[in-house]
Amino acid sequence: MTALLAVKGLVKTYQLGETTVHALQGVDLQIERGEFVAIGGPSGSGKSTLMNILGCLDVPDSGEYRLDGEPVQDLGADELARVRNRKLGFVFQSFNLLARTTALENVELPLLYRGEVSPAQAQERALESLAKVGLQERAQHYPNQLSGGQQQRVAIARSMVNDPVLILADEPTGNLDTRTSLEIMQVFQDLNANGITIVLVTHEPDIAVFAKRQVVVRDGKITRDEPTPNVSNAREELAKFPLVEAAASPTEPLLVGKAD
Amino acid sequence: MRFAGLIHIAWRSLARNKMRSFLTMLGVIIGVAAVIAMLAVGRGAGETMNSSIAGLGSNVINVFPGSRTQGPARMEAGASSRFREEDVAAVRKEAGAILYITPVARSQAQLKAGGQNWRTSVLGAYPEYLSIRQWPLTSGAAYTVSEERGAAKVCVIGRTVADNLFGAGSDPTGLSVRINNLPFRILGVLESKGQNSFGQDQDDIVLAPFSTVQKKVLGNLYVSSMMASAVSEAAMPEAAQQITEILLRRLRLPPGAEPDFTVRTQTEIAAAANAISGALTVLLSSIAGISLLVGGIGIMNIMLVSVTERTREIGLRLAVGARGRDILLQFLVEAMAISLVGGLIGVGLGIGVAAVLAGAQGWAVKVSVSSVAVAFAFSAATGMFFGWWPARKAARLNPIDALRYE
Ligand SMILES: Nc1ncnc2c1ncn2[C@@H]1O[C@H](COP(=O)(O)OP(=O)(O)OP(=O)(O)O)[C@@H](O)[C@H]1O
Ligand SMILES: [Mg+2]
Repeated sequence: MTALLAVKGLVKTYQLGETTVHALQGVDLQIERGEFVAIGGPSGSGKSTLMNILGCLDVPDSGEYRLDGEPVQDLGADELARVRNRKLGFVFQSFNLLARTTALENVELPLLYRGEVSPAQAQERALESLAKVGLQERAQHYPNQLSGGQQQRVAIARSMVNDPVLILADEPTGNLDTRTSLEIMQVFQDLNANGITIVLVTHEPDIAVFAKRQVVVRDGKITRDEPTPNVSNAREELAKFPLVEAAASPTEPLLVGKAD
Repeated sequence: MRFAGLIHIAWRSLARNKMRSFLTMLGVIIGVAAVIAMLAVGRGAGETMNSSIAGLGSNVINVFPGSRTQGPARMEAGASSRFREEDVAAVRKEAGAILYITPVARSQAQLKAGGQNWRTSVLGAYPEYLSIRQWPLTSGAAYTVSEERGAAKVCVIGRTVADNLFGAGSDPTGLSVRINNLPFRILGVLESKGQNSFGQDQDDIVLAPFSTVQKKVLGNLYVSSMMASAVSEAAMPEAAQQITEILLRRLRLPPGAEPDFTVRTQTEIAAAANAISGALTVLLSSIAGISLLVGGIGIMNIMLVSVTERTREIGLRLAVGARGRDILLQFLVEAMAISLVGGLIGVGLGIGVAAVLAGAQGWAVKVSVSSVAVAFAFSAATGMFFGWWPARKAARLNPIDALRYE
């Protein structure tokens, strides 16, 4: 069986006036179904550039990219839109929720561009998705009425509402405190346990340990790629977290993985 | 994305910036309102004009002394040919396309009856005048040919004169009235015709035998003008031609000379009126065009602002699977929503303004379904046309640049 994702010789350079920035200098990477990969590395090493290409948001200068059997480098704009819509979910560091739009509507968004989904179905699926991240009670809340962690959970619900083969998250915990970060990682671990492939960028080693495989990017190249020796369990870490802080936490107890 | 979804997004975006949306719409609102109001007034005026022209009798020919190029109003008395009654008789005899013809003598006179005074115009003409103008009487009868020949002191009066001398709705048939202190017997009352296209009251008139007015009221032998009717509407040009030829000969003007009299037909007047309303339409259309253009530029401007402000939103939509055309449609629908809502408000405002004008000026005002449809279609087209470019600009954004936009 072929890899879910395979890139070969990805190169991306940016021309900034006189200087040329070599953001990616020949990246090869294969990811199988069901993996949970953390990409680390110093700032400016090209992690986001790689993620944007994997997410079909950006195109490389050269290199091949196969995703779920499709040769992405050969696809036109509308085809790429379809791939982003059906096969990929993207989670951003800055959440990127639409303002003045309820959590539910934010989660529905990818379904609206899918075409064959009726508004009633879209709503139902969005609610299910919100339930998986433990936010069904917040469906009618606006982003400015939610904490950062809750907003990121809405964004995760949005990324998975179309049952993608791959969820890409670029520093999803970058704007969150430690406890909230653990909650987000728990959501990702639960999603991964349900068979969704996840690639996540982080430069915090504490976060990377929740992934099953760790890739390090340095100066636009992959310099290390190995399984995580001892994968941590976010739920257990959360349980160990000091109770005082837990009580002060604005977030709700997580419902993910619990029987209702 | 479904159309209902696009409408929803557009509506939300407009509702978010209510003041801005309203100001953007203002250009379209004013443009459309102006078009509706003006078309309504123009149409009303045109209809009033047409019906009053038709009221004059559709195949009426007027002959005035004074040439067309010099203009009868500026001619000094005696400077141009004057008609005599014999000229009228000659035309009647020779012009085959003429059905009726009468000389007309016009004078202002003071009327007195039962202690009431009224100043009005006294028109002297043969009894045929009423046939030419297709003007029936509501009571009594017109004077006879023998009364005409005998210069009898009889008359028929218009409704306004009757109302002012004898009281509203009265029937003074058989009573007596003093015209410039001469006693006249009233033979009948003319049916009301209302105002003509120039706003004159056509019922403010006394009609008496031509010979009576000429000899007893005016005291001269000239004919102010002639009025004739052709045997049919189709025969109008021929009748006018015959009159011109006969008069040229009788006035001993060399053939080919510029006639110093004017033969004017109702069809010509109607054509002139149509030309005026045509010019009015062109003027109104340009006003409409300009205001819609200005409104459209306003829409384009605000749409560009909106696209720029929402670049990150566009990036996010692209990231979750929107295609370029989804984004294009979204902004196009928004631009169309501005122009259509503006158009709708404009139609309402235009009808309101038309109604106010109608009330204030006493014009007949007609808001036609077609003018509303046209104004609406134009405002939609404006939104489409001026919304296109900003929408395309949005649709062409590439996802990562849009997401990174600050
Ligand atoms: N749009 C751009 N134009 C020019 N240079 C860019 C652009 N995007 C990224 N770069 C450059 O490419 C290099 C890689 O950037 P990238 O964002 O991938 O780094 P990163 O590993 O994600 O860093 P960080 O951990 O700080 O997010 C950097 O040197 C950056 O300056
Ligand atoms: Mg980055």
